[in-house]
Amino acid sequence: MRAQRTESRVHGRYLRHSKEFPNIWCAGCGIGIVLAAIIRAVDGLQLDKNEVAMLSGIGCTGRMPVYVDFNTMHTTHGRALAFATGLKMVRPEMKVLVVMGDGDALAIGGNHFIHAARRNIGLTAIVVNNATYGMTGGQSSPTTPTGVRTATAPYGHIEQPFPVAELAVTAGAAFVARSTVFHVRELEQYLSQAISKEGFAVVEVMSYCHTTLGRLNRWGTPAEMMRRLRDDSLTLKRAESLSEAEKQGKIVRGVFVDRDLPEYTQLYERVIERAQAERV
Amino acid sequence: MPARLMQGDEACAEGALAGGCRFFAGYPITPATEIAEILARRLPQVGGKFIQMEDEIASMAAVIGASIGGAKAMTATSGPGFSLMQENIGYAAMAEIPCVIVDVQRLGPSTGRPTSPSQGDVMQARWGTHGDHPIIALSPSSVRETLDLTVQAFNFSERYRTPVILLMDEVVGHMRERVELPRAETIKRVERPVTTVPPEWYKPYEDSVSDVPPLVPFGEGYRYHVTGLHHDERGCPTDHLEKIQAWSDRVFRKIDSSLSDIILYEEDGIADANVLVIAYGATARSAWHAVKLARERGGKIGFLKLKTIWPFAEEVVEHAAARLHHVVVPEMNRGQLVLEVERVVARNKVHRVNRTDGEMVHPGDILAAIEERIL
Ligand SMILES: Cc1ncc(C[n+]2csc(CCOP(=O)(O)OP(=O)(O)O)c2C)c(N)n1
Ligand code: SF4
Repeated sequence: MRAQRTESRVHGRYLRHSKEFPNIWCAGCGIGIVLAAIIRAVDGLQLDKNEVAMLSGIGCTGRMPVYVDFNTMHTTHGRALAFATGLKMVRPEMKVLVVMGDGDALAIGGNHFIHAARRNIGLTAIVVNNATYGMTGGQSSPTTPTGVRTATAPYGHIEQPFPVAELAVTAGAAFVARSTVFHVRELEQYLSQAISKEGFAVVEVMSYCHTTLGRLNRWGTPAEMMRRLRDDSLTLKRAESLSEAEKQGKIVRGVFVDRDLPEYTQLYERVIERAQAERV
Repeated sequence: MPARLMQGDEACAEGALAGGCRFFAGYPITPATEIAEILARRLPQVGGKFIQMEDEIASMAAVIGASIGGAKAMTATSGPGFSLMQENIGYAAMAEIPCVIVDVQRLGPSTGRPTSPSQGDVMQARWGTHGDHPIIALSPSSVRETLDLTVQAFNFSERYRTPVILLMDEVVGHMRERVELPRAETIKRVERPVTTVPPEWYKPYEDSVSDVPPLVPFGEGYRYHVTGLHHDERGCPTDHLEKIQAWSDRVFRKIDSSLSDIILYEEDGIADANVLVIAYGATARSAWHAVKLARERGGKIGFLKLKTIWPFAEEVVEHAAARLHHVVVPEMNRGQLVLEVERVVARNKVHRVNRTDGEMVHPGDILAAIEERIL
């Protein structure tokens, strides 16, 4: 109880106390849990709010920045990482957090996602993966599991989903982790590591959308979907000892990569030095 | 600076630097690629930043991100890329983020003919992004004018907190001319207005003092929200109809009340003319040539060269054409800006000269159109 009260005090220090509340999210949605974990991670790192920017694209997740007292920008659908790239280049000292839904980050924004990773630009990309387009009402997304019913796949989804974390590793991100909205302590820890990382850092957060995809597939209440995140997930370490068949359908949680790679804006400082040296 | 042989695209890049540009994001495309290549080399020399993005959508997004970070920012493209940028240009208009978008027009639609000139993007520059919004678009007709109007584009974007489009064309972009470069100290630069209020009072869309509220860059202690949703004076989304209407009224008013500053043009011999020729961009060169030929043959021909394309120079055109029975409007398109001319001048007075095969409108064709009216 005491811990809870301290936490809400922490959250309170970072929320915008004006007309923004109540928020637009459905009661029981996981997005608020992610927001709270981000706030605690930022607080734990003792960052100066003035030095933190939060950008988002469009979607339920995209509505997150308006609630927090950072430098916040709600951009266009799929493009948040590209906006953030421009900001980070001219303000390399800022911590730039980019929150995106799975459709935002990987369908319309998929190209920007892989290129931001390839460049290894120092952004923290937080993907709230609810396996669907929440805001527009439960259509198929690039992370919708095969076979699931969606608003645009009424006979079951016939495509295969992107494994977001694995994709980010292959594309060149410096730090990649996956957790869920059930495992809040772990999530907070990964977010903290990601925000501290110099290069491109990705945290994929498995969530759910009970009002759209959940309802279409009769997955039950938010509590039941939370339980599924608990029961159907396992740590990377444990996954290593399992066969492919045993891992089927499970969410693997953990830090997939944490490597030292040269960060883009720092490399660009070197470009400036070279250009100015050649000139004189 | 001394005189130099310079290409239009190079003049654009140098004009950008002179205007204070310190960030460029772009994607290669003919006939605008040179601008990116030159700035890739030049920007880091002055401590600026250049990035080649994965496409034009990302380029436009990065430009807006850099601008909110406080840098004067630009991108340059041609038709296909300009089409891709439209959604984010609308974002810049909605969120009132200063930025400059260069479109070196080539023959479209689609891939069209990459190395051929055109003025086919005039209407797209005005209405390419969805929704009602004001826009400023400038169109140079020479290398020197490209340099000057690029500086001007940055100045307008900062002064009015708006995206500004520089509508070049392949002829002006690739043409080389000897230009007297302006001395650095003679170049007037407009810097982003600064706020006088402390962070806790700051509202990025507060319009009680001016229709152009100061925009404080991210990272300077003023934490606020920016969105493409309709928003209130703090930048937060709003459902209040009166606030939405007030935004729309204000962003149009901030441009409409400053037309005397924004509308740039040159005129010649209009007072006693019988025929008026109105042109812009590369076509203004052919038009001026035709006007001189017609005058040599005794014709009283007025010439109006528009440098500001949007907002349309309504009053200037109306005034210039008031007394006249004939207005000739040559364009390298099927008739785009002429629609505006027809709107303010009686339609039966307006004569079009168009070409859409990727060649410049020939002075001879404009001359023929002029002579048809005076004979
Ligand atoms: C260019 C564009 N296309 C489509 C939309 C409509 N749209 C709004 S939100 C959204 C999907 C959101 O899904 P996701 O990114 O997964 O986020 P969630 O709402 O699930 O958090 C779509 C398609 C849009 N706003 N812009
Ligand atoms: S629609 Fe789904 S994702 Fe959006 S707020 Fe509601 S539960 Fe959350």
